Amino acid sequence: MNISIIVFIALIVVAAGLFAKNVKTIIRNIKLGKDLDRNDRKGERLNLMARVAMGQSKMQARPVVGILHFIVYAGFIIINIEVLEIVLDGILGTHRLFSPLGSLYTVLISTFEILALLVLVSCVIFLIRRNILRIKRFFSPEMEGWPKTDANLILIAEVLLMSAFLIMNAVDAQLQVLGSEHYTKVASFPISGLLEGVFASASESSLILLERGLWWFHIIGIFAFLNYLPYSKHFHILLAFPNVFYSKLEPKGQLPNMAAVKKEVELMFDPNADPYAAPPEPVGEPERFGAKDVTDLNWKQLMDAYTCTECGRCTDVCPANQTGKALSPRKILMDTRDRLEEVGKGIDKNGKDYDDGKSLLRDYIKEEELLACTSCNACTEACPVNNDPLSVIVDLRQYLIMEESKAPAEWTGIFTNIENNGAPWQFAQADRLKWKDED
Amino acid sequence: MSELKVPTMAEMMASGQQPDVLFWVGCAGSFDDRAKKITRAFVKILNNVGVNFAVLGTEESCTGDPAKRAGNEFLFQMQAMGNIQVLNAYEIKSIVTTCPHCFNTLKNEYPELGGDYAVKHHSQFLQELINEGKLSIEGGAFKGKKITFHDPCYLGRANDVYEAPRTLIEKLDAELVEMKRCKSKGLCCGAGGAQMFKEAEKGDKEINIERTEDAMEVKPDVIATGCPFCMTMMTDGVKLKEKEAEVKVFDLAELIAEAKDL
Repeated sequence: MNISIIVFIALIVVAAGLFAKNVKTIIRNIKLGKDLDRNDRKGERLNLMARVAMGQSKMQARPVVGILHFIVYAGFIIINIEVLEIVLDGILGTHRLFSPLGSLYTVLISTFEILALLVLVSCVIFLIRRNILRIKRFFSPEMEGWPKTDANLILIAEVLLMSAFLIMNAVDAQLQVLGSEHYTKVASFPISGLLEGVFASASESSLILLERGLWWFHIIGIFAFLNYLPYSKHFHILLAFPNVFYSKLEPKGQLPNMAAVKKEVELMFDPNADPYAAPPEPVGEPERFGAKDVTDLNWKQLMDAYTCTECGRCTDVCPANQTGKALSPRKILMDTRDRLEEVGKGIDKNGKDYDDGKSLLRDYIKEEELLACTSCNACTEACPVNNDPLSVIVDLRQYLIMEESKAPAEWTGIFTNIENNGAPWQFAQADRLKWKDED
Repeated sequence: MSELKVPTMAEMMASGQQPDVLFWVGCAGSFDDRAKKITRAFVKILNNVGVNFAVLGTEESCTGDPAKRAGNEFLFQMQAMGNIQVLNAYEIKSIVTTCPHCFNTLKNEYPELGGDYAVKHHSQFLQELINEGKLSIEGGAFKGKKITFHDPCYLGRANDVYEAPRTLIEKLDAELVEMKRCKSKGLCCGAGGAQMFKEAEKGDKEINIERTEDAMEVKPDVIATGCPFCMTMMTDGVKLKEKEAEVKVFDLAELIAEAKDL
């Protein structure tokens, strides 16, 4: 067996193994969340996934970026057929394994090349939007540092990968012209063919070196990119699909009724309940009301955090954020992911019961942010992958109010009024029909 | 002052009657001076059409919406179950309300707690009356006027009701002009999530001003809405902009009552 085949196979094993390990950690982290049943209405869920995740329907709300993003997405999926050929070539020691497909191969190669160019151009436009046009939503405080670098790294990586692919083909075409051994005459290259003249004067041996170099760069780049995903916001390319599948299907305005509270309130309303009865022995740990830390959230909220690609459409439409308040729905999910990663690392190092004394509430998300939310659902409407930052905000608010009794004074006032006279204002319930006789 | 016919459920029950629909007035509609006008306008229409309705009157209590959104689930469920006991005792099947917050809570959050009713927002209810031929509107006072509709979050995004309010405005022979941010992209007025009842957090602008500016951009004669809290926010916004002479803020029910000269 040829040494390059051994190196290649070793590379695949390492890349796949590392990726599997990191994905397993992410799945473990998501499962730190509380149970939630989202397995109902499968048909409706599949439909939603087809439209929103595969069809990217919500991305099209901003048509220019929507189309560019769709190109990158389509390019990613379709160029994977080319990656399959590259991987098989690497394992089998062949060159352009699929070329016997003949005219179909020409169609495929042409499609790959056109897409590669379109992806390249799109990524350059994205880089310009982020770094030269400086689109406002990419410059919120939560985007400073790593998130900004992350976004640029992804785009630069894609530009490099696509360039390597196109130049590799151009060199290959020149080698075909020279009639070099192994470089059998195959398909024409509609895009890289335009570079034909560039390599005309190069020697065969240097061309082979360049072609092999680009081939290895391209495939090692892809393996590296794969293993970059779990550390990046770019993980959305995988999680967007299950994340949309498990979307909340109820009307946006509907918040879940807390089951533990329901049990208690039902007991209070039950005329047959014995008021002196000893409370039943609690089973397991007492449930905390609302969420203080990521482990109090449900698994879907944690999946949201890993799916978030930090595009900021939520923050861009948030009325609180747009009027200068501290709240940014994107930050809520970014904080959730950061905290979850921290909790996960703590568990890896110190065992599953490890407590670092920190929490999502206050160490990451301030009360001021939570209190600014109007629950208007603009964020959930805008999110292209159906994330629900509002649900995290409400759960954290519940912890503040129900576990810490920590409410702004005005809210304490409305709670008292609702309890005492059935309205948030201090009016007697007996006066509820007075409007009838006024004018 | 016109005399309104507003039977209560207790009166209905005493005389052995059952209404076709319960009008859930809501706290704002019962107590807020501006919102009470909406309540009265809606009742004028109901009386005019001859709808067999009733209210709970003094037996009505807050749905618990602001408590729930603030994070006080316990208080919300106490309110909900109390209300459900009353509603179920009266065997209520159908509810109409002029408040999108009550609408959302009654429609979406009560069923699981034992309160299952057909709940409509008054814009939907009025549209149905028109469709059934029971209510007719001739342009009247708003003929040719420029009206823009501010989508209440709890009617629009929260429950996907966008068309009924617009159909009503078109029936007024008015010119419906849309703000840049409308329907599913509509900007909140700033009152939801119990914000109505507290000072806004630190920021550089009030949300209702931002929204009022959206509305002013289309130079309307009337800003229409379908929520008593949006009403407060938009009215305050218009006042702060010192535009109350040129731009009026009305609820859909008021527009129709006014157009029909009720």
